[in-house]
Amino acid sequence: MADQPKTAEPARARLSPRKKRQISRGVQYVILVVALVALILYADWGKLAESFAEPDVARTTLPELFTIALRNTVIYTIGGFALSFLLGLLLALMRLSEVRPYRWIAIVYIEIFRGLPALLIFLLINYLPLALPGFQVPFGTYGQGILGLGMVGAAYQAEVFRAGLQAVPKGQTEAARSLGMSAMRAQFTVVIPQAIRMVIPPTMNQFVALLKDSSLVLFLGVSSQYVELAKFGNDLASTHSNATPIMITGLTYLIVTIPLGYLVTRLEGRKGRTI
Amino acid sequence: MTHAIELADLHKYFGKNEVLRGIDMTVDPGQVVCVIGPSGSGKSTLLRCVNLLEVPTRGKVFVEGVEVTDPDVDIDAVRRRIGMVFQQFNLFPHMTALQNVMIAQQRVLKRSKKEAEVVARDNLNKVGVGEKCDSYPAQLSGGQQQRVAIARALAMNPDLMLFDEPTSALDPELVGDVLAVMRKLAEEGMTMLVVTHEMGFAREVADRVVFMDGGVIVEDGAPAQVIGAPSQERTRTFLRRVLHPEG
Repeated sequence: MADQPKTAEPARARLSPRKKRQISRGVQYVILVVALVALILYADWGKLAESFAEPDVARTTLPELFTIALRNTVIYTIGGFALSFLLGLLLALMRLSEVRPYRWIAIVYIEIFRGLPALLIFLLINYLPLALPGFQVPFGTYGQGILGLGMVGAAYQAEVFRAGLQAVPKGQTEAARSLGMSAMRAQFTVVIPQAIRMVIPPTMNQFVALLKDSSLVLFLGVSSQYVELAKFGNDLASTHSNATPIMITGLTYLIVTIPLGYLVTRLEGRKGRTI
Repeated sequence: MTHAIELADLHKYFGKNEVLRGIDMTVDPGQVVCVIGPSGSGKSTLLRCVNLLEVPTRGKVFVEGVEVTDPDVDIDAVRRRIGMVFQQFNLFPHMTALQNVMIAQQRVLKRSKKEAEVVARDNLNKVGVGEKCDSYPAQLSGGQQQRVAIARALAMNPDLMLFDEPTSALDPELVGDVLAVMRKLAEEGMTMLVVTHEMGFAREVADRVVFMDGGVIVEDGAPAQVIGAPSQERTRTFLRRVLHPEG
């Protein structure tokens, strides 16, 4: 019994786990306080306020901020959304079609428009009149902006609809068909209405995305009556050499996007319920 | 006499799996035929071949003398005469019970809204859920949903009805209401082809019982014979398991 195996002493941590957590949290607070102090001491607050929050410059945004810029942003967004909704539904139905060329067309469209930067599409729209002499997008700049937003949004909306259509149980179609409905009628009276209800939350996210993307109208070469929020802010900022108008338009976006975001979260919570 | 349903040498493959291996059977007008058999025996597939929810790989299906497996036949027109009730009810969840029963009348039979509503209320009353007209499917019990589904099929004035395990998804205490409705239909002379596990119902209501196993019909005859005195060992084994599950 010379070398009895030593019973390993339970490794006694020098610091208890609780102590470790306390120290870790303390360190995090110290870093935060140091960062805040540095910010307060070294930032030139007067200069910052002057460039980004100058009341006199802010006042120059009114009333056009609302009467023109926000109004136009809403027009571009709602128009683009309507187009992307219809075109997206069409693409989703093509994507799920039994006719193979339809599937291909839909896949190619969706991949291209999701793969390209939206900005590029807007730049290309500027060249439409060159490519198609005599062709004019209806409704002028409104039409161009809505076309750009609609074409880009449709690619994303198509995938949203596809997920919704595929989530409707097969038994629904079977029930409709066994009542004598044609495939088309079953699709439109039974499947699509259910799919649309299911995709309301992701569709609203698409709406918010389009609202933000409407700022790309900036690249369409817009005359003053057609400006939306971003261009409006940017133009005024250049005039005054001051960023305050951009800050103001940023706030305006947030006033719309944040409540919509909360609404989506609430609707998603209700998803389990019918109707 | 023309058979209500006639299946001739019906074969159905799912991939390489042969689910129906040559089915020949008929259902005559006014008859109630119950199809029983273990799961995977092909009985639901057989039922679904009648209105072409499944397309047979080989063989022919006739409904009231019309070959529905003929590619030139208007299958929508044939389906209008065949009511179908599913295990999972398959009510349209975005419509009320009343709308569920009205929609196909309006869209398929082109009945006016007024007429469709009268017919719908009649049928909902008949199956005992008349007071649930304005409820959505999610607000109804399984038994109520299945009865609405039966009313939905009846509102189309079908010549025959297919039932695909109509009580299998129901809580035990709700089975009776649905079976009572089916029994009433049978008494009124409706032609019915019923896939079911309810041996009591098959014994009392059916004119004929068909026992299927492995994609073929093993026995076909009066309930007293197939359930009461089966001649095949496979039928006896199945019935022993169903009627005395604890052996």
